[in-house]
Amino acid sequence: MTATVRDAAPVAPPAPGRSWRDRLRGPSVFVLIAVLALVVAPLLLEPFRLGLLAKYLCFGIVALGIGLAWGQGGMLTLGQGVFFGLGGYAMGMYLKLHDAGGDLPDFMVWSGVERLPALWIPFENPVFAIAFAVVGPVLLAVLLGSLVFRQRVRGAYFAILTQALAAAMVILLVGQQGLTGGTNGLTNFFDLFGQDLAADGTQRGLYVVVAAVLGVLYLVAWQLVRSRFGRLLVAIRDGEDRVRFLGYNPATIKTITFAVSAGMAGLAGALFVPVVGIISPALLGVVPSLELVVAVAVGGRFSLAGAVLGAVVMGYAKTSFSEEFADGWLYLQGALFILVMTLAPKGIFGLAATLRDLLPGRRARA
Amino acid sequence: MEAIVNQLPIGLSIGAVLLLIALGLTFTFGQMGVINMAHGEFIMAGAYTAYLLQGWAGRQAVLVALPVAFAVAGLMGLILERTAIRHFYGRPLDTLLLTWGVSLVLQQLARDLFGAPNVQVQAPAWLQGGLGILPYNRLFIFALAVGSVVAIWGYMNRTSHGRRMQAVMQNRQLAAVMGINTGRVDQRTFFIGSGLAGIAGVALTLIGPVGPALGTYYIVDAFLVVVAGGLGQLRGAVIAAVALGLLNSYAEFWTNASLAKVIVFVAIIAFLQVRPQGMFVLRSRALT
Repeated sequence: MTATVRDAAPVAPPAPGRSWRDRLRGPSVFVLIAVLALVVAPLLLEPFRLGLLAKYLCFGIVALGIGLAWGQGGMLTLGQGVFFGLGGYAMGMYLKLHDAGGDLPDFMVWSGVERLPALWIPFENPVFAIAFAVVGPVLLAVLLGSLVFRQRVRGAYFAILTQALAAAMVILLVGQQGLTGGTNGLTNFFDLFGQDLAADGTQRGLYVVVAAVLGVLYLVAWQLVRSRFGRLLVAIRDGEDRVRFLGYNPATIKTITFAVSAGMAGLAGALFVPVVGIISPALLGVVPSLELVVAVAVGGRFSLAGAVLGAVVMGYAKTSFSEEFADGWLYLQGALFILVMTLAPKGIFGLAATLRDLLPGRRARA
Repeated sequence: MEAIVNQLPIGLSIGAVLLLIALGLTFTFGQMGVINMAHGEFIMAGAYTAYLLQGWAGRQAVLVALPVAFAVAGLMGLILERTAIRHFYGRPLDTLLLTWGVSLVLQQLARDLFGAPNVQVQAPAWLQGGLGILPYNRLFIFALAVGSVVAIWGYMNRTSHGRRMQAVMQNRQLAAVMGINTGRVDQRTFFIGSGLAGIAGVALTLIGPVGPALGTYYIVDAFLVVVAGGLGQLRGAVIAAVALGLLNSYAEFWTNASLAKVIVFVAIIAFLQVRPQGMFVLRSRALT
């Protein structure tokens, strides 16, 4: 028996000249950040700031998915808000039903709905709601991805289609007032698994959950990128036809990646709802979806860490600047974006790497 | 039956507006690979031009505004192309994000200059009323779209500039080798494409109020027209725009506004299963 070529190919040969110190740098930074985020931040930050940080980390989870799909796979997805929203609404529906305790949720009473719509009934079960928050987006992404990628629709076409999906989703949600709460969305949640949502302890616990989920997903994504699958993904980004000529099916790989990123966005939405206490169409339309892509680009789309960092930093910047001068933020965001795209298309992370390579001594060793 | 007839002018005028917007997009996208998200703000600029000219031209502002808006929006496009976009050729996805940043800034600028609330442009008296079920203002928009298509067709097929534009669209390197100044052609295409957005903006003042976010309502649909029609295809843009306008208005009539968008989206995805590159494709031997 001869092994097939696939089996025989060496897996990720260690790069020559990488000392054990180089190899340990990444993991040690990860552990350091994990300790900072999971132990130090909850002890030092007041509950309000901690809640904000949890919100940014939720965006960080979405950004991780965007980094995977766009940075690694070259699929510019402008509709992550749709998946985020699916997850968020699934969680919101459960919380609403739980708070109502067998009655109709408050907004349905206001819009004159008399019986619980059939769509809502399964969401009384928290396991179903949380499972749907991940599986729903994954299924939608698989459906859209397989239809679109199979026909080799890609690049800008794909971006435009995902954007249109986000636009359609918002209009659908706003239009179905009695079913979705319309423009207001779902809000006024009080209780999560018997815990008071307004309590500091609950918010602290939620923060830890969000941070832990982000950490785990980061490891999963990192492993995915390092694997053979990740290499194929990058190869597809850089030359889809060549990968096809080599006998792989790019459509499958792209669909899987798109689905993974959608699942991440859905989970982020489900976490976002108890943390922030609202999910509404304004949070998942064309603009919020694009804002996250922008954040990923600013952070550095080609590195997963850059993507996450970009989302957290941009979220923080948005809050602090909007507090100071609301109108200025749009100018600043637009200007920052134009500057980053023109001067540093690889984002802050890419810029940092370039600068590091320019340092004297670095070159000599390489 | 009556409903079918009644929805027809609404669908056609939505199609006409989409066509005016998509004409510019399809050429900048097809020729330069630029996805211009700021195109929506050129529409807005055209609409505000009509609003500003009201003070001077009164109720005939719409007519006066047509050439002025064309020039204003065209110049804005030209400036954008010269200062930013020309560094981005060959990176379509990056232009999308870049121009989105520009569009954010322009929207906020409009909010600061003209205020956040919507403003109205008075339609000329001779556009009030209508022929039976056809309101004059919708007929006017329709005529505007037809006129623009004819003008673009003439420009592309009957002038040397237009033929150069077609050459660049078909094969940029080969055109450059033949001595065509492709940079110059790009500038002209961008000017005309953006100018058409300005005209679309003036047309929009006839059917609704003008606000800083005016362009955002149309830009996504206009891009769908480009995708369905095929890049840089005049015929494709015309057919796709009319089809999308009609589909929109009938779907809205038979279901409701919120489901209509979903129906349109599903229809486009289904259509791309049959024609992945849109209705008409520039035939070439390049890998697609």
